[in-house]
Amino acid sequence: MSAALQTPAFSASRFRAEREGDWIAFDALLTRLEKGSAAALSTDELLRLPVLYRATLSSLSIARATSLDRALNDHLESLAMRGYFLLYGVRERRSARLARFFTRDWPAAVRAVWKETVIIALILLLGAATSWLMVANDPEWFFQFVPEDMAGGRTPQASAEYLQSTIGHGKVEDDAKSGLHVFATFLFTHNSRVSIMSFALGFAFGVPTMILEYYQGLVLGAMMAVFAGKGLGVQFGGWLAIHGTTELFAAVLSGAAGLRIGSAMLFPGDTDRLTALAKAGRTAGKVMVGVIIMLLCAGLLEGFGRQLITDTAVRYAIGGVLLIGWLAYYYAPRRGAA
Amino acid sequence: MTPANTSNAAAIASKRDKRRQFITPEGVDLELAIASSGLRFAALVIDLTIIVLLLIAMTLLTVWMEFGGAGNAAKIIWLLGFFILRTFWFILFELGQRAATPGKRIVGIRVVARDGGRLTADAVIARNLIRELEIFLPLTFLGAGATEDLVGWGTSLAGAAWTLTLGFFLLFNRDRMRMGDLIAGTWVVQAGRARLDRDLGSPSAADEGLRFTDAELGVYGVFELQELERVLRQRELRLIEQVAATIRTKIGRSVHEADEVFLEAYYRQLRARLERGLLFGKRRADKYAKD
Repeated sequence: MSAALQTPAFSASRFRAEREGDWIAFDALLTRLEKGSAAALSTDELLRLPVLYRATLSSLSIARATSLDRALNDHLESLAMRGYFLLYGVRERRSARLARFFTRDWPAAVRAVWKETVIIALILLLGAATSWLMVANDPEWFFQFVPEDMAGGRTPQASAEYLQSTIGHGKVEDDAKSGLHVFATFLFTHNSRVSIMSFALGFAFGVPTMILEYYQGLVLGAMMAVFAGKGLGVQFGGWLAIHGTTELFAAVLSGAAGLRIGSAMLFPGDTDRLTALAKAGRTAGKVMVGVIIMLLCAGLLEGFGRQLITDTAVRYAIGGVLLIGWLAYYYAPRRGAA
Repeated sequence: MTPANTSNAAAIASKRDKRRQFITPEGVDLELAIASSGLRFAALVIDLTIIVLLLIAMTLLTVWMEFGGAGNAAKIIWLLGFFILRTFWFILFELGQRAATPGKRIVGIRVVARDGGRLTADAVIARNLIRELEIFLPLTFLGAGATEDLVGWGTSLAGAAWTLTLGFFLLFNRDRMRMGDLIAGTWVVQAGRARLDRDLGSPSAADEGLRFTDAELGVYGVFELQELERVLRQRELRLIEQVAATIRTKIGRSVHEADEVFLEAYYRQLRARLERGLLFGKRRADKYAKD
């Protein structure tokens, strides 16, 4: 009966009393690391970190085998988990990671979806061609393609002067000019959302993605037909090209990213669907970071560049240079590329 | 098997069912627990509430600026702010050290790469851009129905319901993966912080006056011990009273001392006995297991 009271040479309580100091120290270091950065710790503390981490893991193993104290085991489990994700989470510095993304990962991801990019670009062109032809033949079709709030008065019935004023030529009142900034911001956020949506819709085997891209092509073609009908085709092209080459490229890439996910679901290849999907998702994720950066560039060009530069030739030049720049950045062969 | 026995077994099995092997390079299995759909939903509600509150604050600021004559700048800030909130709120927080949005932090869950590797930025971005489809598309349907007369209420509700089914995807798989998780190769696991509570098992002077026989201690196993620990740590008087009464009747002791003193002594001695068993390779899961 007294056997229960004899304290054995090893007991969970003694084990805890011996090791508790390490856990508390590790907890304190982790809390500081989670709040700030590694720079907040001294060299000594940084050197102690992996030692304390391994001590905690060993404590966890012992505790699981010998201790029935639920609170203790839970604490050690959460401590080990926090430590694991902190120590193994980041293996390189943020700046190195960023540099690698811009020099290697981003163009490589875009190159990896080149087939999808071509398909989506063709769909977009097909949409534009369709609506252009239809609106050119019968302007009434315009209202089937372009929603009211996006048209902003740029309908087939609008006068050539008005149309010209919307693309930065001729007289614009100061009031309307400042209103354009808001409109440009609206368009930027709208376009970004459409791009994100066309990526997300890739989940449904890529079919909605293709429909969305086709629809974007329809809107584009209808607008072009309206301006071309009033003899403003070249000017509208310049107005569009200055940011459009970047923006449309981004739209096509977002569609390609979505299509990659859809095709990974349909044709997983050698791996199982889950692995194929995760792999495609990561490639597509990288492409989408690029898309958002491109859309930011396009937004800046749209908001500032287009308002300040009104010469059509210069607009074409900027748009063309950017397009060549993007193409070279993505597809130009480079050393060390896989 | 008694009903209680099966329910115990079911509880243990369901707990084990949520655990996933996750072995560190040191060879220790961290046994991550998949976060339940309830926790996920709670975290989402908290995040959306914060976002909506920020939006309201931003709108008030816009209105105030409009009165100050800076209407267009205010509109641009609002449009950009709304876009950034809805697109980057989740991404930026999950890219942080704790891989969790404020909502996730509050309920104690985090995002983890399924293969045990590091959680990469592209995975976080992929999993969160899908939200546009799961949450914001249904909301847009509802919004369109509310503001425009073009579509009837029925149509917009049906649209919202249809798109919401995409959001319920996580209910239909064992790992509680959203569509975004599927694409990004991630899991959401429990990462609550357990405080290092006081040691209830350290020997105390009270044991001298209150000793239990082997037969008295032999009626319970690990499951009951840990339930008792929970009761003792919660320190809820009515619960302690009930449990003390139950144990006293079970082992046939009359009331001689305060409930808490009795329970703590019983806990200490039961734990010492069961832990001694562990050292000899015997783990008695619960009271139904053979001693």
